[in-house]
Amino acid sequence: MTLTSKPSLTPSSDPAGRRTQPHGAHPILRQAARIIDWPMSWLQRLIGERRMPYVFLLPNLMFFGLFVFVPIGINFIYSVTGGPALFPSERPYVGAGQYAYLFDCASYVDPSSCREDHFWRGVFNTLRFTFFQVIAMVGLSLLTAIVLNMKIRGRGFFRAVYFFPVLLSPVVVALIWKWILQRDGLLNAGIMALDGDKILFLSEPGWAMFWAIFVSVWAHMGFYTLILLAGLQAIPSDIYEAAEMDATPRWRVFWRLTLPLLWPNLIVVIVLALIRAVQTFDEVFVLTGGGPGTSTLMVVQYIYETAFSNQVQNFGLAAAASVVLGIVLFALTLTQLAFTQRKSS
Amino acid sequence: MNIANLLTARRNAKLWHWTDIAAYAYLLLGVVLMFGPVLWLVLSSFKTQASLLEFPPSLLPMSQKEIRVEGFPQPLPLFTVTMEDGSTRELAQIRRVGIQAQMIDPANPSQQLRVPIDKRVPVRQFALATENYTEPLERFAFPQFLANSVFVTVVATLITLLINSMAAYALSIYEFKGKNAAMLMVIGTLMIPITIILVPVYLVVTKLGLVNSLWAVILPGAATPTGVFLLRQYMLTLPRDLIEAARMDKASEWQIYWRIVIPLSLPALAVLAIFSIMWRWNEFLWPLAVLTKTESYTLQIGLNAFQGELQTQWQYLLAMTVMTLAPVAIVFVFLQRFITTGIANTGMK
Repeated sequence: MTLTSKPSLTPSSDPAGRRTQPHGAHPILRQAARIIDWPMSWLQRLIGERRMPYVFLLPNLMFFGLFVFVPIGINFIYSVTGGPALFPSERPYVGAGQYAYLFDCASYVDPSSCREDHFWRGVFNTLRFTFFQVIAMVGLSLLTAIVLNMKIRGRGFFRAVYFFPVLLSPVVVALIWKWILQRDGLLNAGIMALDGDKILFLSEPGWAMFWAIFVSVWAHMGFYTLILLAGLQAIPSDIYEAAEMDATPRWRVFWRLTLPLLWPNLIVVIVLALIRAVQTFDEVFVLTGGGPGTSTLMVVQYIYETAFSNQVQNFGLAAAASVVLGIVLFALTLTQLAFTQRKSS
Repeated sequence: MNIANLLTARRNAKLWHWTDIAAYAYLLLGVVLMFGPVLWLVLSSFKTQASLLEFPPSLLPMSQKEIRVEGFPQPLPLFTVTMEDGSTRELAQIRRVGIQAQMIDPANPSQQLRVPIDKRVPVRQFALATENYTEPLERFAFPQFLANSVFVTVVATLITLLINSMAAYALSIYEFKGKNAAMLMVIGTLMIPITIILVPVYLVVTKLGLVNSLWAVILPGAATPTGVFLLRQYMLTLPRDLIEAARMDKASEWQIYWRIVIPLSLPALAVLAIFSIMWRWNEFLWPLAVLTKTESYTLQIGLNAFQGELQTQWQYLLAMTVMTLAPVAIVFVFLQRFITTGIANTGMK
């Protein structure tokens, strides 16, 4: 996490000198700085130097409190109350009723036997999506990182190529692929040119799930590739030179040296990919809308729709589902922390 | 000596190993797969509605050539026609009647010809349909969405930089009571995505009277734990003597922060600024939940709403998609190296 000797955007950030004129030349900026300085200096005279750190911390903690900690508390209140009211004081207490409703299933392996079958379809779809997406994501990122770590020309360019989609918004990513996958789209033109029949990629459940996974791997692979590439480059090259002197076959070098040395990074990547896959919403939502039917409906989409877009806004049920999701994410995060701790010690 | 060793030996003599060839093949495939779809989107966005409906689609934006003929108010589409004697002529079409087309020679407008429609092929030329870009600006609320997105991105990034750097300053320079508790709070929030507190944040925002206001998008994400961490790590590396010297010069704590620590932290602030801009420009789920009036939509939400309404008008949708991704693409072209090293080192996204 340390950021030392990074290329700097601005030439004026030289740590060694120029501390007297940090705000550059423009007098208006300097004047503005003076206007902000005065009340803060007055405040310091009022409360004393030793209490100033709290002043600096206050705005940030106010935001955290208001938009993270208070909501977490309210979320639990929501999940044990019912009714359509938005304000907790107007909501009747139902105890574990929302949870009982979510988990009311004749058989847990069959979503259609549950009273809240959409939630369970979301759970099963998310599990399926996560399983295949993480395998594909980690496998392809690893392969790409290894290739990019070879002695190839234009490595910077290729690294940028794989990274570029990471910066695109989920809506843009989904629309790009929707345009390619549509009935008269580029892919079907290719299939027709090879004497095949058109496929309605986004209207067939199996294909829709495949493309949801494909598009999400396409969009995020560069991020994980980058982390693995940083790990590969941290492996000292003299280890490889020693292996080469011993004439060790390449595949063996990979299994015995590269993979074990890269393992900590790989674990981080796997857990990060898991956490994000479980939270998947936007790309898939814009690409398929959860359809056809409920075949690509994810848990997060279920929460969003239960709370905001259904006819009856069921905040209690959505909150209960998000508590369940939160527990899963918390467990995954703890796993990650445990592994990162081991890595750093 | 086995074959594998022989090949490795060759590789050292700067000859091509099969893995090198495979690597380049893989990378070239990667270029096609990663850039291809975006390029296809951009090319398609310049096609006219008619050529978008063509199947199979053409690679470049081509459209049928039209020609003005005396005596006709509208420009007429131009075709290459194979005549009965086997020769070909360029004719303009007046109208189509069943399987016959009434055509005219532009050079000799007085004489009309009847041609079977399967004997004519459209004359095509390369043409950029720039109206795909200009019309949404006039006909839809696109400029409003753009302005909203720019406002959210700029204001949110400024607030994020200010309050996160203040907190990072407090957590890196001072020793005070409750510092560990504050650190723990910040670490704790790292684990909580907006996804699982969607409903109660909505309640807080409603209580504050901000629903459908852009502030409802800006404020909840302004304090980011990743930002605090990034800045704190950087500020820890600043020389303490500088701060001590400033205190000797009777500078107030705020002046030390604002005039010494902030200018020295510009590289880290720049990294956070780039990420904040990316996050805010691309944000989707939270604005989708909290913005329900069209006039407060951001670009991403507007684009998503459009794709429902405009399914038959892909030409506008594609052009608007390109306009949405353009700023990010431009930023990336200039700051590519900076962004990738920033992400590799901090694991931010």
